[in-house]
Amino acid sequence: MTRVHVTVDGVQYSDDIEPRMLLVHYLREVVGKVGTVIGCDTSNCGACTVHLDGASVKSCNVLAVQADGHEVTTIEGIAVDGELHPMQQAFHEHHALQCGYCTPGMIMQALDLVRENPTPSEEEIRLGLEGNLCRCTGYQNIVKAVAACASTMETSTTARPERSAAR
Amino acid sequence: MTAVDDHPALEIGKARRRKEDQRLLTGRTRWTDNIQLPGMLHLAMVRSPFAHARITSVDTSVATQAPGVIGVFTGSDLDGQGLIANAWPLNEEQKTPDHLPVAVDHVACAGEIVAVVAARSAAAARDAAELVDVDYEELPAVLDAREALTDAVLVHPELGTNRSAFWQLDSAEAGTGGDVEAAITTARAEGILIEREYRQQRLVPAFMEPRSTVVDPTGEQIVMWTATQIPHILRFLIAATTGISEAKVRVIAPDVGGGFGGKLQTTPEEFATLAVARRTGRPCKYTETRSETMVSCHHGRDQWQTLTLAATKDGTVTGLKVDLLADLGAYVAILGGGVPVLGAWMFNAIYKFPAYQFNCQTVLTNKTWVDAYRGAGRPEATYAIERLMDELAAEVGVDPLVIREKNWITHEEFPFTSVAGMTYDSGNYEAATARARELFGYDELRAEQRRRREGGDTVQLGIGVSTFTEMCGLAPSRILGALNYGAGGWEHASIRMLATGKVEVLSGATPHGQGHETAWSQIVADRLGVAFEDIEVLQGDTQIVSRGLDTYGSRSLVIGGEALVKAADRVIEKARHVAAHLLEASADDLRFSAGQFTVAGTDKGISIGDVANAAWRGHNLFDGAEPSLDSDATFDADTFSFPHGTHLCAMEVDTETGATRMRKYVAVDDIGTIINPLIVEGQEHGGILQGVAQALWEEAEFDDSGTLVTGSFVDYTLPTAADTINFVTDNTVTPATTNTLGTKGVGEAGCIASTPAVVNAVVDALRHLGINDIQMPLTPQRVWKAVQSAGTDPGGPSQEAQPHFAEGALNQDPSAGATDGAAQ
Ligand code: FES
Ligand code: FES
Repeated sequence: MTRVHVTVDGVQYSDDIEPRMLLVHYLREVVGKVGTVIGCDTSNCGACTVHLDGASVKSCNVLAVQADGHEVTTIEGIAVDGELHPMQQAFHEHHALQCGYCTPGMIMQALDLVRENPTPSEEEIRLGLEGNLCRCTGYQNIVKAVAACASTMETSTTARPERSAAR
Repeated sequence: MTAVDDHPALEIGKARRRKEDQRLLTGRTRWTDNIQLPGMLHLAMVRSPFAHARITSVDTSVATQAPGVIGVFTGSDLDGQGLIANAWPLNEEQKTPDHLPVAVDHVACAGEIVAVVAARSAAAARDAAELVDVDYEELPAVLDAREALTDAVLVHPELGTNRSAFWQLDSAEAGTGGDVEAAITTARAEGILIEREYRQQRLVPAFMEPRSTVVDPTGEQIVMWTATQIPHILRFLIAATTGISEAKVRVIAPDVGGGFGGKLQTTPEEFATLAVARRTGRPCKYTETRSETMVSCHHGRDQWQTLTLAATKDGTVTGLKVDLLADLGAYVAILGGGVPVLGAWMFNAIYKFPAYQFNCQTVLTNKTWVDAYRGAGRPEATYAIERLMDELAAEVGVDPLVIREKNWITHEEFPFTSVAGMTYDSGNYEAATARARELFGYDELRAEQRRRREGGDTVQLGIGVSTFTEMCGLAPSRILGALNYGAGGWEHASIRMLATGKVEVLSGATPHGQGHETAWSQIVADRLGVAFEDIEVLQGDTQIVSRGLDTYGSRSLVIGGEALVKAADRVIEKARHVAAHLLEASADDLRFSAGQFTVAGTDKGISIGDVANAAWRGHNLFDGAEPSLDSDATFDADTFSFPHGTHLCAMEVDTETGATRMRKYVAVDDIGTIINPLIVEGQEHGGILQGVAQALWEEAEFDDSGTLVTGSFVDYTLPTAADTINFVTDNTVTPATTNTLGTKGVGEAGCIASTPAVVNAVVDALRHLGINDIQMPLTPQRVWKAVQSAGTDPGGPSQEAQPHFAEGALNQDPSAGATDGAAQ
């Protein structure tokens, strides 16, 4: 067992865990952040995407011990006081989810994408989401939602995208 | 008489944002794998690595001693584990092997469960599964469906044959058309005969949520949460095959992350979890890894289609003969041979064929079992006929749209009884095609194609046409009975009028991404005249919704939606009498519109919510009144619904590299009345991409020993956002006449139409080189090989009648040799 100290969605946790434990299992089984899900065992699907110190990672591809001393933000940490984050709102508005299984990872990846490139072209959005699989939507409305969100966040004076990274 | 005198469509047709989104967007979803119960054990499956073997011994002693392990169970330890059932035997003679959840002495495909480990954590269970020592005596396996027909190697020796069932529909015999052999003879002598063999490769449904099951045996009643499309059918089959009383089983499908037919199964994993939970007396959870999903979740498609299309010289079709060889894999699944047989009514598609014969032979092989995958039988049929119509157009030398127009049912001809005996109630193929042509810019793209061809461009352009119909709303119970299916096809709904003015809507159709909560709310809001926001939809739990037949075959709206309308009308009728009493008027003088009862000629009125509250109080009701407005309804259709559409696809093909690129895709679907255009658009986008993926990328491949080589997302190439483009979608509307809402269903449309549109486009780009087929998926390698071999073919672009199904040759396509994906 190894002791880790991880901040998840703004709350500090200290836990004794097996060194082989993946971050996604730590989040789901130890912390109870079941909003982050598992879709594969080969790091291909992106369903497990979270932010580690503000940048997206596939949490099935990171050991929990690697998050020791770091901050993790999950899909459960980006809405504030029940108000959806603009990216969540854009997904809702543009019907960018059906079964919703890919959605947590897709949104976390989309946030990273617009953080790095606030004015992405359609092509750049498609490439930026390449590591996240969705079987339901054909991606079309996801791409639309990300583009719409990027343009509102660009023009918005309350600029919220950084907030998720900072929490 | 309808219960509603006037119902303005305020909600129906509106692009309501979905009610279900909030929890899905914020990670507050109830996936089965999120469920934790006190003392819960975690299961891991020990699976056969062999495609065919006898189990000689299973030594569990080391695994049992491993840390955290509570028990290890083999098939023979699990008495009363139940059976995996086939609900649709094609006929009395069908050969159906017994399918035990946990194998006892024989495995017929790789991935079959041979033992179950129960431990205190999932990691401990998986570690211990490695320690179970199974001795197998490997047996020869048969992997190719055509080879299986010879019975040289038997998948289930006790059956004595690999042939499961043969099923035929012949128009001359059924009295729905002429003699197909006569049509073929005439065409051979003086018309056009198109003879082809097409391969429908095996696919993996690949829903994103891996399957998961939790069983709680604590207390009198057993509760199972499971990622399924069919909780009601599962509950019935658990009771029917384990002997547990049906009333003591509750099945809950919480939020389910996609299905596409892949979760239309009662699975060995569900039954194994149930058996171990009963055996240990403790809650148990099993969640599969993606690699397990790939090999153990049923696969889709996998057919060999031998097709003969007879026509006159001007391109009027005179007959179609279909011979299907359908690979069932190792077992006959819940629908099993019923899936290819669903194609029987669809090969004739939107056309007026005078003669038709459909033959289907199902066969067992030592591979993962096969069942429904989005479209189930109808995509395969649509692919074949839409490819053939393009071939006929090429033979006659006319545009593919011209050949379709020549043969299709015109809009004045509805209702039309097809050569397969199906009566299509409504449709307008001309309108959908005209709209698609316009959105596509058909003539401009044809002009560009000519330019590129004449200029010898290395990148050629092809245009693919797919005009399709499908039968939806599975299914009228009487027809299912006639087809020997084990259940009905009705759907159930209940409406509860709560005292606070809220409305609870219960539906037996269980969603897994379709947006039922939103669509059902829209339907009931209009019917009852209550606010969209005041409606709550309850579903997916056999204890809350006691009756239901679940979700598959584009049935939820067409059948389940109509059940809602009937239940709502019953609520209104009950309310009318209570309202009449409260308003001191005669029930006949009341008008009901937009949620209000009013007395004709007065300003007196009362809302249905107030009537519900009065009924709940029961203080002031007429003598003999029941203090409740709650109502149930079960709807069974008389016939199917028939959505249709025209899809057009432009593909660029690089003749030097074999790479293909989609330029444009237009889909105009006529799905009848649209409840929510946003949801419809989403279904079309997703469906189209799944069909495109079959055409271009996906195939479940096994190696010579029967191991699935595309066993993870590394090798099974699902499309990503970067692989696709924006599709243009639109709708024309001819309401269905077989339900009051006029709906037809949309869940499968895109997936049915798009595969032939894409392949037709690629073939069209290369047809001038003498290429008339490439086997799916159209990988750059296959396209490149086709171009290469076409170049060296001295025959050039010959359109002579094809040699009749040369031994071992597939599709008359020299590029698709037996080594190139044809092995399965
Ligand atoms: S679960 Fe992490 S990439 Fe699939
Ligand atoms: S919404 Fe179902 S996988 Fe993306």
